[in-house]
Order: sequence, then structure tokens, then C-alpha cells
Amino acid sequence: MNSKTQNKVAIGGLYGIAGFVVLILLALLGFILVSGVPQLSWHFLTAPGKAFLKGGGVGVQLFNSFYLLILAMLISFPIALGAAIYLYEYAKDNWLTTTIRTAIEILSSLPSVVVGLFGFLFFVVKLHLGFSILSGAFALTFFNLPLLTRSIEDSLRTISDVQREGGLALGLSRWETVSRVILPAAVPSILTGVILSAGRVFGEAAALIYTAGQSAPALNFADWNPFNISSPLNPMRPAETLAVHIWKINSEGIMPDAKAISSGSSAVLVIAILLFNFAARYLGKRLYKRLTSA
Amino acid sequence: MFVNNDVTNAMAKEDRHVIKLTDPEHPVILSTEGLHVYYGKKEALFEGDLQFASNQITALIGPSGSGKSTYLRSLNRMNDRIATVTGKIMYRGVDINQPDIDVYEMRRRVGMVFQRPNPFAKSIYDNIAFALRLRGVTDKHQLDEIVETSLKQAALWEQVKDDLNKSALALSGGQAQRLCIARAIAIKPDILLLDEPASALDPVSTGQLEDTLLSLKAHYTIIIVTHNMQQAARISEYTAFFNQGRVLEYDTTSHIFTNPSVQVTSDYVSGNFG
Repeated sequence: MNSKTQNKVAIGGLYGIAGFVVLILLALLGFILVSGVPQLSWHFLTAPGKAFLKGGGVGVQLFNSFYLLILAMLISFPIALGAAIYLYEYAKDNWLTTTIRTAIEILSSLPSVVVGLFGFLFFVVKLHLGFSILSGAFALTFFNLPLLTRSIEDSLRTISDVQREGGLALGLSRWETVSRVILPAAVPSILTGVILSAGRVFGEAAALIYTAGQSAPALNFADWNPFNISSPLNPMRPAETLAVHIWKINSEGIMPDAKAISSGSSAVLVIAILLFNFAARYLGKRLYKRLTSA
Repeated sequence: MFVNNDVTNAMAKEDRHVIKLTDPEHPVILSTEGLHVYYGKKEALFEGDLQFASNQITALIGPSGSGKSTYLRSLNRMNDRIATVTGKIMYRGVDINQPDIDVYEMRRRVGMVFQRPNPFAKSIYDNIAFALRLRGVTDKHQLDEIVETSLKQAALWEQVKDDLNKSALALSGGQAQRLCIARAIAIKPDILLLDEPASALDPVSTGQLEDTLLSLKAHYTIIIVTHNMQQAARISEYTAFFNQGRVLEYDTTSHIFTNPSVQVTSDYVSGNFG
């Protein structure tokens, strides 16, 4: 076989593999959307669930998912940002940095159900937070922190060192250089990373089953006082999310239309995550354009 | 080149030739004594004793890896985190290579422009103004004025005066480099260090940059590393020749290019190596 045919065979093989991957993805998406989208309606998206009767919705679960996501992001983003800035901009290459990096690596490869069980033992039981949004948000933080730190560190790495030198040469301190030159330039890519990790957090179930709980008490959307138990904002209430809901009705759902609700919820989840991904690309590109040409 | 060899062979050559400056019109503003630079255990610069005359252009030339950029970057301590620099760097009578020197304050007096133009991802205006704002210049009129003067001094004002709010990343290479010069001189340094500022530019932009540097000489002391010997000959008053981590020869530019005292210098400027 001469090198030209070899090359053709190799390219053909690679195309085949790539096509196979895309095919699996399309088949999965197609199945979920085809079986789920017909179930969607305004009522389904907003109504509270029903335990024994048909016609329940996922309004509470949907709200819980977003609320948990926002809380988890509010907690994990500042920590991840600080950690990434320290690791990339300040830390010297020594045993301490290596240890931190290894720890992050291990943390990011922990199975999420383990993170969930740890959250259960520590936040729910030990700290007496109970099955609550707060416990769930902390567990999600543990789940999200390593990935987000990694992604922000990668964003900082994309900013060329000549930019750092440029800042320092103007007599800026390292902190001024990082905060005024590097971070603004890295915003589009950091934002993309944050939205993508939001997608992962949004779809997470295992870490939440034992922390945010598996029940979704009805909420009173007219009550925005976070200290009232039926208020949507109360962080101490148990809060089943959409992903947990799917898991639950498939394993122990006893409503007659469990299958339809499960399909519908899956479709909502997948659509939301797709939207996150598209938003990440779109916003990242737009911001980059805004910054590089005006 | 045979033509040159006839001349150079006829003269008695020295091993090293470094003059001391005596021009009272242009007193020494910056000098280094016994400067050594180490990257880890490896010594990159063995010998760096030079004096720089105020309001003059000094060129640092030499083959790749000769230590000229290393030397330049040590002058405003840009090498602090990656190398160990020992010896004295005297700036107006103060040794700025001391640990207790405020390097950030010092770098505002000894500015630097780099090989690759590095405008920030900000508007043209903010590229110049933001460092000033951080130092407490908040008056809009004053900022406007400094931005305009700096851009004029860098010969960029006419081209960008209507686009001050546009992103600096949209500028061409030559314009971006002149913006970097404007940015550096906006904070009113004494000394401007330039590390091969024209190596990424086309010949026209290079010419404009050289004109800019010549006009800046009245206000600033300029030290420029260049690979381009014609450039050194065109714009500088003094030239230092670096080879293998040593300053082999330092004299007026005309001396270096017409009648060098060291054989290696002569070989280099006549294009026999490097």
C-alpha cells in the first residue's frame, strides 16, 4: 500500500469514527425530543407535580433546578475564580502548587454520587442543614469547583504573556495587571466556561438525591419572603430538581402518566442544556467581537 | 567580505573595547556595573558594564542569544521572576537592582516597548488612559490632553483621532506598536527601553517608527535592542555590541560601524556571522 492510499484509508477511518459519534448523539437527542416534546405545554412547565393522579407538571422542579443552579454558581464562581487566578498568575512551580493541582484533579474525577453522599453526611447530617437547597448548592459546589477552576485557568492561559508584560512595564502591580488587563480580556472565554459548567450542574442528579432531597413541596409563587417555608426563595426547603425528578419517577413513580412526565422532563432538561451551550457560544463570540473590534 | 577584511586586518585589534561617556551635554542617566544574569544555574549574561547618555539613542546589537535582550529586560527588572540578576543598575544615583526598590514606581520611570505589539483588549483611548486613572489622574480634560499629546508624540494621532473609542486590537501592526509607544510615554518615563520594536513590522512602518524614535529623543533617553544593523546605524548615537553574554564593544555608533576596535565586532557588522 503506498502512502497515498494509506492516507485515504486513515482519513476514511477517522471520518467513520466521527460520523459514528455524531450518529449516536443525534439518535439520542432525536429519541428524547421525539418522545418528550409532544408532552410539553405551558401547563406541564408551570403546574406542580401530582403524586397519584395524572396531569401533574414540573413547574416546581424546573424552578428548583434554576434556583439551585444560581445558588451553586454564586458560591462556586468566586472561589473558582480566586483559585484559578492564584494557580495561574501567582503560584510558583513547587510542591504546594503541585499538591493543589493534584487535589483539584482528584476532586474533578470523583463520582458525583460520592460527592452526594459526602454532602449528605457533612451538610445534611453533621451541619444540620437537612435536605435543603443549601445542602444541594454546597454539594454542587464541590462537584463544580474543580471543573470551573480548570476552565477559568484555561481561559487565563489563552491570554498571551505579552499582555502581562505590557501591564507590568507600565508600572502596574501584578494584581492591577491581572484585574485590569488580563481578566477583562479573558471575560468572553471565562463566560463560555461558566455557562458550559452551568449546563453540567443543571443536569446533575446523583449529587442532589441525598442533599437537596427528592421531594418538591408546592410553592407559593406570591410569597417572596425567603424565611417562609412555602416561599420559592427559602433556601432551607427540600427541593427536587428536574434531573432528580426524572430519576425518581422512573424508579418509583406511581402516577398513571409517569412515562409521559419522564419523557417531557427529559426533553425540557435536554433543551435547557442545549440552550446553555448555544448561549455560551453566542455570547462568547459576541463579547469577543465587542472587545476586539468596535 | 574581502573589502572589509583588508581594512580590519591592517589594524591592531583589542579583545574588548568599552568607552566611558564624557559628553557634558548628555550626562549619564543610567549605568550598570558588574551585571550578571542567571536563568537557574545557567549564566546568560556575564559582563554588562554600560553607561547610557540622557536624551540619546543607544542601540544594543549582537547575534541571537548574545544576551542583549536579557540585558535590556534586566534594566527595568522585567526578569525578576524568571532570572536572578546580580550587580548594580544605577539610575540617577540610585541602585534600582535592590530588593527594597519599589519596582512598580521604578517602571513608571523606565518604560518598555516589546517585540510583539501588545495593545490591551481595550479602546485606543483606554489603552493610554487606564494606567493614568489607576495612578489617580481622573480629570477628563487632563486625560484627553495626555492621550492627545502621547499619540501625537508617537505619530499616531492623525490616523486614530476619530477612532479613539474603537478597539485597539483592530489597529495594524505598525499602528499598534506606535500605540504601545504612546502608552509607554503617557506615564512620562525618563527612559524608554525598546526590545526589537520593529521586528514584526513591514519596511514602511519600520521607517515611521524610526522617525518617531528620533523625534522622541528630545524628551526621553532611548535604549533599543535591534537585529537590524542599518536601523542601529540610522538612529543611534551609541552602539553596544553583545556576543555570547558579554559586551564586547561599546562606542559611538559611527565608530562601531566604520572602524570597530574588536575583530568580532568588525566581523559582525560586516555581515560575516550572526
